Amino acid sequence: MMLAKRSPLQGGPLAYAVLGTATLLFVFPFYWTVVAASRTNSELSAATPALTPGPNLFHNFGEALQQAAIGTALWNSLLVSAAVTAGVVLSSTLAGFAFAKLRFRGRGLLLAVTVGTMMIPPQLGVIPLFMVIVKMDLQNKLPAVILPALVSAFGVFFMRQFLIQALPDELIEAGRVDGASALRIFWSIVLPVARPGMAVLGMLTFMATWNDFFWPIVALSSQNPTVQVALKSLGQGYVPDQSVVMAGTLLGTLPVLLVFALLGRQIVGGIMQGAVKG
Amino acid sequence: MAITSPPAPAAGRRPGQPAPAAAARRSGPRAAGRLAPYGFVAPFFVLFAAFGLFPLVYTAYVSLHRVELQTSEQMDWLGLQNYTRLFEDPFFWNALGNTFTIGVLSTVPQLLMALGLAHLLNYKLRGRTFFRVAMLMPYATSVAAATLVFAQLFGRDYGLINWLLTSAGLSPVDWQASTWASQLGVSAIVTWRWTGYNALIYLAGMQAIPGELYESAAMDGASRWQQFRHVTIPGLRPTIVFTVVVSTIGATQLFGEPLLYEGNAGGGISHQYQTLGLYMYEQGWTFFHLGRAAAVAWVMFLLIVVLALLNAAIAARRNRTDR
Repeated sequence: MMLAKRSPLQGGPLAYAVLGTATLLFVFPFYWTVVAASRTNSELSAATPALTPGPNLFHNFGEALQQAAIGTALWNSLLVSAAVTAGVVLSSTLAGFAFAKLRFRGRGLLLAVTVGTMMIPPQLGVIPLFMVIVKMDLQNKLPAVILPALVSAFGVFFMRQFLIQALPDELIEAGRVDGASALRIFWSIVLPVARPGMAVLGMLTFMATWNDFFWPIVALSSQNPTVQVALKSLGQGYVPDQSVVMAGTLLGTLPVLLVFALLGRQIVGGIMQGAVKG
Repeated sequence: MAITSPPAPAAGRRPGQPAPAAAARRSGPRAAGRLAPYGFVAPFFVLFAAFGLFPLVYTAYVSLHRVELQTSEQMDWLGLQNYTRLFEDPFFWNALGNTFTIGVLSTVPQLLMALGLAHLLNYKLRGRTFFRVAMLMPYATSVAAATLVFAQLFGRDYGLINWLLTSAGLSPVDWQASTWASQLGVSAIVTWRWTGYNALIYLAGMQAIPGELYESAAMDGASRWQQFRHVTIPGLRPTIVFTVVVSTIGATQLFGEPLLYEGNAGGGISHQYQTLGLYMYEQGWTFFHLGRAAAVAWVMFLLIVVLALLNAAIAARRNRTDR
């Protein structure tokens, strides 16, 4: 009994020191981005670099918006991420429910295909994907980055695992006895139960889509960019002023950090939950 | 249970009436019920087949053709020529080697640090949520943003890291032109982004280990280090295998970090940190050879298969020696 009480060990000063140092290392690049984004280029290349934020933040924001199409990029990224999140959450919940609770011919095979391809990096399919997009005349248009991302094998697997645990068979059985159609059962029984899982999947999908890099830089151009495409242009010397580059980087990262500040706890919970089940 | 079995007396009270109604009710949903599951999985599978499976498989076919970026609808049969050209190119072997060394530099320290941090996070701590959220912030940052910031920090002339080095009386490092320094720089970005994420995965695994195991180990007089070695590590093995597989696959795909480290697809003036992912991009979108790029993609796929088999073999071997 006494041992059981002791089992989550109390952290000593050393634990705090190590975790504090690690946290500092994780957070410092963010701080430094703010410093660099609020200074001038000459201050950044001085013999003794600036270590505290300066007065030029909003001036540099303005320059970044003007020179690197960051405004268009933010809007495009918002559209793309919202559309992809909606698509992934809906299609994953539908398929996840079927794999979790319904019996049908070919279920095992279809599930094996889904899980088996989950680990294959999508980057390996970009060349044919590019050829398809060119053929559909979608190059440099937003649907080029939305369409291929609307479904996710991970999402299906995630919702399946969630619903296996969260949705009792009796609830569905009760709906069947009441004569509810399959769609009706999904709408009024499955969806309410699935909501917490859908929220976690939605947050993870939104972040991943916002940050997606390879395919957007291949499919889009700097004329009609998402944030990551605009950041690539910044990184390739499109804008010579380093403080403006950092201001653009900060603008492109702020929305995700904001989401993170609001939902950080839930995101941490979602990742840890997924880890145990995965 | 009470819901699923309809009360018998009720059926008796309304003779004749409920039977056909129930039958009609039952046959309707059941016929539709047989097709309904396919309806549920169809939206996923239609798009997945078109944009997920087809491109993966078709990559192999494209790799046997000459396809140029500007005229990507025209394909000329080449047989294995893309592959032979690839294997004759010293830059391909260079990229393969770099992918391996950067892979080791970025995953091994990362996972070891994550394991240590997870162990500390598992203690009873004040501000535990703060630590966890702070650790995950780099994961929320995009590859592009993180690389642009680190490229500044690693700047040769005005970078903060070299300033720190010279302030401490050391000589500055050329983080771009030197092979080892540039590979370390690229690996640092990967490590920064993923250490906290993996620490949380390990933490989740540690919390699933039953407390009684630690208690009985403590009663047997095991020190904290021995508990970590003989209770935590074995309990975490599936989680560790998972993170090793995921980060190894991630390492074979490394692309954004080396692309934006100096902003060119060559991966440095002498290709000193060009990875396979970057080499593939260079073949396709700098030199316009989509067919050649597809051959690189297929080689990368085979690499992953080999790594997966190797990992499975090691895991099976360990299981056997454990018994």
